[in-house]
Amino acid sequence: MDRILLRVGIWLSALLFAIVAVAQAADFGFAAQMVIVAIAALAGLVFALRGADYSAIANGIAPGPADQSRYYDDVIRWGVIATVFWGMAGFLAGLYIALELAFPLLNFTEYLNFGRLRPLHTSAVIFAFGGNALLCTSFYVVQRTCRARLAFPGLARFVFWGYQLFIVLAATGYLLGITQGKEYAEPEWYVDLFLTVVWVSYLIVFVGTLAKRSEPHIYVANWFYLSFILTVALLHLVNNINIPVSLFGSQSYPLFGGVQGALVQWWYGHNAVGFFLTAGFLAMMYYFVPKQAERPIYSYRLSIVHFWSLIFLYIWAGPHHLLYTALPEWAQTLGMVFSIMLWMPSWGGMINGLMTLNGAWDKLRTDPIMRMFVWSLAFYGMSTFEGPMMSIRSVNALSHYTDWTIGHVHSGALGWNGMVTFGALYYLAPRLWGRTRMYSLRMVNWHFWLATLGIVFYASSMWVAGITQGLMWREYGADGYLVNSFVETVAALHPMFILRAFGGLLYLTGAGIMTYNIWQTIAGNLRVEQPLGGPAFDPEKDRPLVPAAVAAE
Amino acid sequence: MVSPKIDEATGTETKGHEWDGIEELDTPLPLWWLLTFYACIAFALGYVVVYPAIPLLNKGTEGIWGWTARGELAKDTVSAERQHGPLLSALAATPIESLLSNPQLMQQAVAGGKAAYLVNCVQCHGTGAGGSKGYPNLNDDDWLWGGDLKTLETTIVHGIRSPDDTATRVSLMPSFGRDAMLTSTQVGEVANHVLSLSGKAQANAAGSVTFANNCAACHGPAGKGLRQFGAPNLTDAIWLYGSSKTDVTASIHAAHAGVMPAWGARLDAVTIKMLAAYVHSLGGGEAFAPVPEAAASAAPAAPVAPGKTR
Repeated sequence: MDRILLRVGIWLSALLFAIVAVAQAADFGFAAQMVIVAIAALAGLVFALRGADYSAIANGIAPGPADQSRYYDDVIRWGVIATVFWGMAGFLAGLYIALELAFPLLNFTEYLNFGRLRPLHTSAVIFAFGGNALLCTSFYVVQRTCRARLAFPGLARFVFWGYQLFIVLAATGYLLGITQGKEYAEPEWYVDLFLTVVWVSYLIVFVGTLAKRSEPHIYVANWFYLSFILTVALLHLVNNINIPVSLFGSQSYPLFGGVQGALVQWWYGHNAVGFFLTAGFLAMMYYFVPKQAERPIYSYRLSIVHFWSLIFLYIWAGPHHLLYTALPEWAQTLGMVFSIMLWMPSWGGMINGLMTLNGAWDKLRTDPIMRMFVWSLAFYGMSTFEGPMMSIRSVNALSHYTDWTIGHVHSGALGWNGMVTFGALYYLAPRLWGRTRMYSLRMVNWHFWLATLGIVFYASSMWVAGITQGLMWREYGADGYLVNSFVETVAALHPMFILRAFGGLLYLTGAGIMTYNIWQTIAGNLRVEQPLGGPAFDPEKDRPLVPAAVAAE
Repeated sequence: MVSPKIDEATGTETKGHEWDGIEELDTPLPLWWLLTFYACIAFALGYVVVYPAIPLLNKGTEGIWGWTARGELAKDTVSAERQHGPLLSALAATPIESLLSNPQLMQQAVAGGKAAYLVNCVQCHGTGAGGSKGYPNLNDDDWLWGGDLKTLETTIVHGIRSPDDTATRVSLMPSFGRDAMLTSTQVGEVANHVLSLSGKAQANAAGSVTFANNCAACHGPAGKGLRQFGAPNLTDAIWLYGSSKTDVTASIHAAHAGVMPAWGARLDAVTIKMLAAYVHSLGGGEAFAPVPEAAASAAPAAPVAPGKTR
């Protein structure tokens, strides 16, 4: 009873606070955002009231302890659905802004212009799609590899729903024109504060589960997850030290200005890539690749060495985003050399993933999910070679500010992050909903090829575009004058922009097939088709270890 | 925890760990991986010595090569100045009136002018200088203010209706319809008359009378335009604001007054000279009116303001 009263009290105060904030709002955007908060609080209130077991309360029955011999998977199931949903939203936004670049007429209203949709796209794919994938796989993997039920399931639910609210606040904020103007850290101060609460809760759930593990050692995937959660918390806090203009307004000013601000921003931006998109997804790789291949990890030693070298070196490489700027030259040099040294530590993850297939390479012929993982590792290797290369001063002089950068991040994002996430979703969906297999493995195969083709179109068109752009910008005629005007370089890219959008369309189509496939799997349907290979799965063995003494009670 | 065993497929021993069925092999670090890692570290160490890298108390080390991005820029700038220096001083010393008599210098001025055009002018006049609605085409020989080198230079220096230049070129066509100087019927008649001058409509008497009373003062009785007022020629089928009946009617109803910035305060004199040469070279460049000798001998022509020689 106390519990329900407490919960209802919290939701009611959140609701009241939101209503006051709407009334006091200094600008329209803030009021709109607080209306969303109020709706969320109201929903929380309704669920708290309706979800309570009143007959048990009336009869004075205290709720029994959760069954420790079962994993807590509800939040993971929601996470799978959220990942698919936000993935589709993010890919669609990406396709639209790609078309806006090719056909500027599509910027017909301020709410949908490139400047507002671009952060919507990047946040949707990185933080909504990628973030939900990381949340749900980390909860899945940490339970399995610790052989223990998730700690604090209630807090885990808050983490999930709180994170969704963060996404909605960020996305609607962009459309309303609310932004800090910091790449990948666009949400304003109040959203940042809220995310901090969610993220610390995430850390507590994760570490709590590690603490109650039944296994003597902590598996490598969990090192990566933990480094991702901790570092992202640190990055988020430092890069978002802002002073609000009004406590009821959506504007704020950053504490760091000028070149210091730029350095902090790119320390953040680079390590968002390093720890969100690399360390976090390597954690996924370290669980799902050996599980799908049914093979041991290639090298324990390599996993240790590349883990520590990766997280030590990554954090210093941010200044390579600021070569040839006002940043002091010594800092630029350090940013570059740390990036070069980062090459092999990054590749350690690729080697460990790919070589895990030793003795199981034949699965590539029969198992489309395995193919997705392997392809994702190949793209990981490619973009982690490309990154250090682009950080070299003379290469950067050509590549910086061009579409080459866009091609680089997308070969990483679509190839590495996208493919490994798709593989993990295909691994998870049948297991979480108790199906024998995906609705259709043949559709997985279609998804694989569409995504691959999409990435090829995307990355190669952007490489061509970027190098064209870089060369045209610096082209001097025989008489010693620049040959091209800026607008001519833009016009030259038009065909490449169209090819890029086409690549995006293929990728989106593949993801659409995945959505249908996972939908059908959840619905419990099996497509009648020629079987394809995949690892065996025994739901009875998919349980936490319960200490013998407890089991005997 | 399971005890280490030999993995059959690879012949490598496992570490004896196991998590949810995942084991780990005790494979040593791949040698090529380790050596490449060391090589990258060695490269980094060398680079740090050669280039500015280590932060000290007041500033960072400068590196034994003494390289800086600013230094590199300065070097490039010096070499570019060395290449262009003679041309620029020759251009500075040559009055624009005598540029055409020095074909080589003119050619170099056109090349430099093109580069300056691509940076400063394309935004309005387009990359091919073809202009667009409201922004004059610079390739044709239809000039509002004149197309010889000196006139072009004056236009570029002072701009047109440029608010921050007192010597800017100014012309102001009245808004005949909006300000109720003509009825809308009259505006329509004049529009038809104006279109008829280039054969795009039937001539009409009412329109021609209204034209003579209201428009001929600037555009001339035959509608050939007058450059000293910047009044466009209406007979040549070249239209700055569109050639349709609607466009022409709109222009008469509420006159346009496009603005070109005065570049005299933004660009140096030689660059402007080169820009004038480039625009002159596009196809519509006019020769100087034989002012000094001809003006002396011929019958007194209309007074010509300095710098506005047709």
